[in-house]
Amino acid sequence: MRTYEKFFRMNRLPHIWCPGCGNGIVMKAIVQAIEKAGLDQDKTVIVSGIGCSSRASGYMNFDTLHTAHGRAIPFATGIKLANPELNVIVITGDGDATAIGGNHFIHGARRNIDLTVVLFNNNIYGMTGGQASPLTPHGKKATTAPYGTVDRAFDPCQLAQAAGATFVARSTTFHVPQTVDAIVQGIGNKGFSLIETITQCPIAYGRKNKLGDAANMLKWMSEHAAPLAAYNKLSDEQKAEKFPIGVLYKGAAPEYSAEYAKLIKQAMEGKK
Amino acid sequence: MIEIRLSGSGGQGVITAGIILAEAAITEGKEAIQSQSYGPEARGGASKAEVIISEKFIYHPHIIKPDILLAMTQQAAEKYSKENKENTIVIVDEDLVPEPPKCSHLVKVPITRLAKEKLGKDLFANIVALGAIVKATKVVSFETIQKAVAHRVPPAFLEKNMEALRLGYEAIK
Amino acid sequence: MKARLMQGNEACAEGALAAGVRFFGGYPITPSTEIAEQMAKELPKVGGTFIQMEDEIGGMAVILGASLGGKKVLTATSGPGFSLKQELIGYAAIAEIPAVIVNVQRVGPSTGQPTSPSQGDIMQIRWGTHGDHPMIALAPWTVREAFDVAVMAVNYAERFRTPVIIAMDEVVGHMREKVVLPEANEIEIYPRRKPTATRAEGYQPFTPAEDLVPNVANFGDGYHIHVTGLIHDETGFPSGNAQLTKECTDRWHQKIARVQDEITHYDEFFMDDAEFVVLAYGGTARSAYAGVEAAREKGIKVGMLRLMTIWPFADKIVKKAAAKAKAILVPEMNYGQLVHEVERAAAGQTQVISLPKYNTEIFEPSEICEAIETMAKEASK
Repeated sequence: MRTYEKFFRMNRLPHIWCPGCGNGIVMKAIVQAIEKAGLDQDKTVIVSGIGCSSRASGYMNFDTLHTAHGRAIPFATGIKLANPELNVIVITGDGDATAIGGNHFIHGARRNIDLTVVLFNNNIYGMTGGQASPLTPHGKKATTAPYGTVDRAFDPCQLAQAAGATFVARSTTFHVPQTVDAIVQGIGNKGFSLIETITQCPIAYGRKNKLGDAANMLKWMSEHAAPLAAYNKLSDEQKAEKFPIGVLYKGAAPEYSAEYAKLIKQAMEGKK
Repeated sequence: MIEIRLSGSGGQGVITAGIILAEAAITEGKEAIQSQSYGPEARGGASKAEVIISEKFIYHPHIIKPDILLAMTQQAAEKYSKENKENTIVIVDEDLVPEPPKCSHLVKVPITRLAKEKLGKDLFANIVALGAIVKATKVVSFETIQKAVAHRVPPAFLEKNMEALRLGYEAIK
Repeated sequence: MKARLMQGNEACAEGALAAGVRFFGGYPITPSTEIAEQMAKELPKVGGTFIQMEDEIGGMAVILGASLGGKKVLTATSGPGFSLKQELIGYAAIAEIPAVIVNVQRVGPSTGQPTSPSQGDIMQIRWGTHGDHPMIALAPWTVREAFDVAVMAVNYAERFRTPVIIAMDEVVGHMREKVVLPEANEIEIYPRRKPTATRAEGYQPFTPAEDLVPNVANFGDGYHIHVTGLIHDETGFPSGNAQLTKECTDRWHQKIARVQDEITHYDEFFMDDAEFVVLAYGGTARSAYAGVEAAREKGIKVGMLRLMTIWPFADKIVKKAAAKAKAILVPEMNYGQLVHEVERAAAGQTQVISLPKYNTEIFEPSEICEAIETMAKEASK
């Protein structure tokens, strides 16, 4: 038996994702990271929102919570504050985290609460059949953007960093070991960590935008992703064709649940 | 049952005065209800507190016809005197209510001026008013209201508040 | 305990604390904010946690997370915020997460009249979230009862693993009156139930116990449970099965319906000889009581039913009263909402008269008394 299999609910598999979907790659990277980080399975909670990626929680053998659309982060915040000894990992998608849950996303980062947020970015609303999300690149097509989207996309990593997250990384489903490593580091960070993982949706996004099959989409990732150090050396013109991956930001700031624990201690000792 | 309406503008402390009065009544074993209404403004705007004191449980929580009306501004005097009955005692801040409502029992007290001149700050005006109300109504004893004020105010301001209460109490003959 | 002057909102917070609430999440909104302020001050002193969230939805989500994490939880809001919380109130119902939501009602819809009293959310409290689900809602009419209702709401939420709404109104929420609170040892507290078997012994988190309520483990207890807002079977995992969907819906309703008599709380006043009845709840019941007293002084044989439990609706009590009464008068601070339930329960046995008021002012006893007089006059024609 592969050692990470105990982290899956084998009776819930196979998963419901489409052939070629990258979500399974990210899910496996999460459990490998959990194993590498040595987290206690009984003290680890997986919280997800609504969408394709958010179905992952059901396959994972921990206490798992499949919340409402956009609300994974505030549910996770409640769990962490109710029992700060728990390791809380949030699985969310681009629509879930940056559209309907956008407010919670920035405020979770602002509080720097100890959550590890893995954002599965497939640039589309997959479960509802391919509508544009705030991470659909400008000009790309979706069922609700049949002529190409007029909207500009967020950069969720910059967003999280600006809002106060203390660990921000980006990876792709092509860069699996790097993804695992980024999640391990995110788990290790006592604070709000974002790991954006670009994942392919050949059925809803790829097809609409003539990006080829899953293999072609992975190839695109390998050709366009540049490790941060290399990316920084590129000219502006070259940068327009690439996106940086790796650990993009590390910061230090007080963590919310630890700060609140201090406040409780003071209050219980009768100080004001 | 005695119904007391305290009115003024937001920030003058009429709600605090109402709470203190109701607390005083309770320490004398009476039933008391305090309620309030206020606009969206944190400061300014018309503001009112109502206190009902009774020997029996009070069901209807609002004043129907006040026995006492305190008005600390002209606007409040006009707005809140409409439900007065014939013998409502109206206590007004004589400087801030230049045109008091028509009534049979008008009591003019320079409430805010007393606070400013004798205590250096108009923020004691609500306690001055409380002294005047207690004297005019005898709804609680002076000792009781002293205790109730002492219970509410920070220790550093105790002396000045006690003085404010006395000033209001003695302003009514 | 000593008599003291206390505000309804404050008493509600104190009651929740006394019942063991150790987590509050919420968002400031008039006229409920004092509850959040009180919890922010008191919770850390007893080892509990307060968090002000970024919005009303977050306030609801965070308490559901904390409840799954093992804490007894509370949030408080008013009309606009209550509307925003609805989806997750439904989540609490389907995922069977204990949680108490206070709605200090104000005039609506929308921003309405933020500082003025209303009972306009009575139907939203019952039907605000989508889908079929039962609801427990309790409406206090005194400051002391705001305390008692909070204790009761927390106990019911835990016992039935369901959201419970405290249907306060601005009258009771903001008024201060004399109260004597019970001592801690006089308060009955329902502890959160734990799994009675291990996974190896076949434990499933959503297997109902005898009372149709499942013993769901807390997160972190080692059971590796799955919680979802999808229709799920006893394992907690979703299923599209038609039969299961029906059975789940039936069970949620039955777990409350089977205890309906026990959780229907009400007062009867002057009902022994009553030819007419005034049915009222919340702050309105106070004015109604004074109006009923005044009408009795005028010789009208009128009694009063005061409902504390608004949902589930007191069908039996109203039906019984309707069988004897010549007419039932229902004063409410809204356009006429609960009156339709009274009509339904009265089932044509007697005339049900709506007395709505929706101009930001509370009823005066004289208005109620006049309506009683009119009701009596009409009946004698």
